[in-house]
Amino acid sequence: MDDHTDNWGLRESATFDRNAIREIQRAADTGIYDIRGFGAKRKVPHFDDLVFLGASMSRYPLEGYRERCGTDVVLGDRFASKPLHLDIPVTIAGMSFGSLSANAKEALGRGASAVGTSTTTGDGGMTDEERGQSRTLVYQYLPSRYGMNPKHLRMADAIEVVLGQGAKPGGGGMLMGQKISDRVAEMRTLPKGVDQRSACRHPDWTGPDDLAIKIEELREITDWEKPVFIKIGASRTYFDVKLAVKAGADVVVLDGMQGGTAATQEVFIEHVGIPTLAAIPQAVQALQEMDMHRKVQLIVSGGIRNGADVAKAIALGADAVSIGTAALIALGCNHPRWEEEYQRIGSAAGFYDDYHAGQDPAGISTQDPELAARLDPELAGRRLANYLRVITLEAQTIARACGKSHVHNLEPEDLVALDMEAAAMARVPLAGTGWIPGQGGV
Amino acid sequence: MKTISLAEHSVREVNQQLHDQARELTEPHWRITDPDGRHALACGLDQALTVDIDGHAGYYCAGMNQQATVNVHGTVGVGVAENMMSGRVHVHGNASQSAGATAHGGLLVIDGDAAARCGISMKGVDIVVGGSVGHMSAFMGQAGRLVVCGDAGEALGDSLYEARLYVRGAVESLGADCIEKEMRDEHLAELRELLARAGIEADPADFRRYGSARKLYNFHVDNADAG
Amino acid sequence: MCGIVGLYLKNEALQPRLGELFQPMLLSMGDRGPDSAGFAIYGDDVGQERLKYTLQAEDPATDWAGIAEGLQAHLGAPVEWFRNATAAVFKTGTDADAVRDWLRDNAPGVHLMSVGHSIEILKGVGHPRLVAERFGLQGMQGTHIIGHTRMATESAVNMEGSHPFSTGHDLCLVHNGSLSNHNRLRTRLQRAGLRFETDNDTEVAAAYLTWRMAEGDSLTGALERAVDDLDGFYTFTVGTRNGFAVLRDPIACKPAVMAETADYVAMASEYRALTTLPGIQNARVWEPAPKRVYVWEGGPLTSQETGT
Repeated sequence: MDDHTDNWGLRESATFDRNAIREIQRAADTGIYDIRGFGAKRKVPHFDDLVFLGASMSRYPLEGYRERCGTDVVLGDRFASKPLHLDIPVTIAGMSFGSLSANAKEALGRGASAVGTSTTTGDGGMTDEERGQSRTLVYQYLPSRYGMNPKHLRMADAIEVVLGQGAKPGGGGMLMGQKISDRVAEMRTLPKGVDQRSACRHPDWTGPDDLAIKIEELREITDWEKPVFIKIGASRTYFDVKLAVKAGADVVVLDGMQGGTAATQEVFIEHVGIPTLAAIPQAVQALQEMDMHRKVQLIVSGGIRNGADVAKAIALGADAVSIGTAALIALGCNHPRWEEEYQRIGSAAGFYDDYHAGQDPAGISTQDPELAARLDPELAGRRLANYLRVITLEAQTIARACGKSHVHNLEPEDLVALDMEAAAMARVPLAGTGWIPGQGGV
Repeated sequence: MKTISLAEHSVREVNQQLHDQARELTEPHWRITDPDGRHALACGLDQALTVDIDGHAGYYCAGMNQQATVNVHGTVGVGVAENMMSGRVHVHGNASQSAGATAHGGLLVIDGDAAARCGISMKGVDIVVGGSVGHMSAFMGQAGRLVVCGDAGEALGDSLYEARLYVRGAVESLGADCIEKEMRDEHLAELRELLARAGIEADPADFRRYGSARKLYNFHVDNADAG
Repeated sequence: MCGIVGLYLKNEALQPRLGELFQPMLLSMGDRGPDSAGFAIYGDDVGQERLKYTLQAEDPATDWAGIAEGLQAHLGAPVEWFRNATAAVFKTGTDADAVRDWLRDNAPGVHLMSVGHSIEILKGVGHPRLVAERFGLQGMQGTHIIGHTRMATESAVNMEGSHPFSTGHDLCLVHNGSLSNHNRLRTRLQRAGLRFETDNDTEVAAAYLTWRMAEGDSLTGALERAVDDLDGFYTFTVGTRNGFAVLRDPIACKPAVMAETADYVAMASEYRALTTLPGIQNARVWEPAPKRVYVWEGGPLTSQETGT
């Protein structure tokens, strides 16, 4: 608080707090809703509210640096003849060339490939830079079909049919005119400089029955080689996961409300969708009821930051996690070295979320050639690889402490919750008790 | 010419044989019989083949076509020639919804009617429809030409980018940001050429042209009712 | 989320072949809805003095004769009945509440699928082929028929959750799509006295039509009003004692195709379901326009765009 508001004993409204007042004033000034990037910033129950029960007397731990603890994961062996084999259970989420610079896309590919995992295209198509630098590349199939090319479908290692995104389940994409450069415009067949709005529904199917036919087409075109992922934003997760499986998915990608975006209405980011923590047990329940858990793999994203988050997501039933925001931060997004420039555009290192504006000082969420040139794809790729190694080691550390020789052997029973909200959402007992809200126990 | 019956072979077997031609062209002309409304027929082709489908095809017939000529002697379901890149798809009957959706190139000819959302998000394809098209046709059309010899349903060309639309009959209503535009000589010429390539006899002078008013290109409070 | 099919005969000479003409239509939609299937067949009208009650019980040992006897004693009126696999059709008096109450108290495993002068609803879990075979669809006769193959979305895969849904005498509805305001509408309809057996959105649509028609709307009028009151995505096919109707929502994403000849009107989710009908080559074939009500009621086809 500012000194004078404190000293004068001014009382701020809890309902109409400064942010609410500022937003009303901004809306009245501009007549358009607030658009920004990043994910939900409000506090929601999260992995931080869970802790692991490390081994002690009743369970035996593995030796931290010596005894094997596997991290590999196979994705998409239900129907595809060429499933993905990843060395670590952390993948890079779909982010478009357009929202990100070509250098950033290349860096993501370099970093992911260095540690044996996959990266993912985004709205706008596949670039040569990312295909060239990605050992394993997942090709997103989106409502807009910008840059959608069957050649790229065949060059990809897997296909991700995008239904929704955690930051905006039910909404389409956006890319503001300042980021529609010549190259982006050409890839998307759009006039340069338009404010591009991507569709929220696919143009040639709606609903799971027609999706099943669409998946059949994608498989036919790629001769049943590529795994087909279905990405959903977390909302009615239990039903959506069942329908994804029925429609023929090899892999379900579940993105919680903390998942990031390049540009979406603030009201959407903060008020639509459910937290990642709440979504995972619903998805796992749906898979288990269909006897498909670990047969149709579950990738979870939305707020994954460290190895503990990875281990917790897997313990709750995920096969792998996916990171977007954290990967950008690893590349250099929000880095203090650009503090002065952040301040010049009204932000600060650690707070920057105007990805839509295309003025990213770190050269990541921009199409400005000068800014983009600041990101050295090799160096940034090494930073990402370092980060991915760290969080994998962290997840292994926890898994070994719980006596697991593979991270996939972590279970919900290895977790307890620190508060009732997390216990209820994650369906694990409140720490020190056997009580799971809604399920009983003491 | 090689003939394969879908009463005896699976869609997978037929498509695999067609895809194998992309590696080595051994048979340029194929005939598929007994399609019985099956989905994803002759999709993902990437070779200068001619494929004749004797009967009705289901969803996504000739989807993502490259180079090939696919003739359907019957009706087609949703999304015929969706995301076509090049080549030619000719439907001798009616087409269901989303014909030519998001297609980037090539020519799609539909002798009969096309239903709703014909040419949705079209990205460079040319579509010529002998009959009428349903509602929301050319929705968000980005590039390419849509020619309708019959009537167009409501909200034609809603949220249009740079696709050009030609309609001979009545237009039930124009969508947001779609307006009638002057038919100049260059438009008559391109329409004449499209009709000739489609093999449809019609006088270009009977058509009207529609395109984008370009008012939705940037977010603005005064355009909010269309957003 | 499913496949739907309907066939309304204009030519009486085809009535003995209704099941034979319809079965391939239903089976061709098996891929769209492998979880369950059902159909509502109209015919064998019992006249104004009686009603037909279609009952179903999962237990093959159900004592239908005993139930018929008990009901006859309770009603004091003759009960004529026949059995068809897991279903039975009872023909008796018009006091439907009395029949429903007696069944609830005395035959707990028995579900009342439909009530009307003409309608019989038969449905069950499993692939459409199995359901059609179970009930001998191929040999059935009648005037019109509506069928459904279901891929369950939010509600359970069980017999009760299968379509068609019937909430009033001789009225049934099948649906492809997903409604987005059915929960509050259900509450409103419950206050208006309608009964619900499931949490299914389609049952709400059926009940809505029953309510509107009880309030005096024609079938056309009820469907016109439905466009304003039902939100979401839908293709509906509706049957009444002598009527048949099709309606799509204003966006009309879920597929629907119709065909008409001098002999029949037919609708299906995909054209392939119509290809076995006689004379389809020369039929008028079209995809129904959004928010346009298409109705046949023993007369010529009418269609009307509803006001939104």
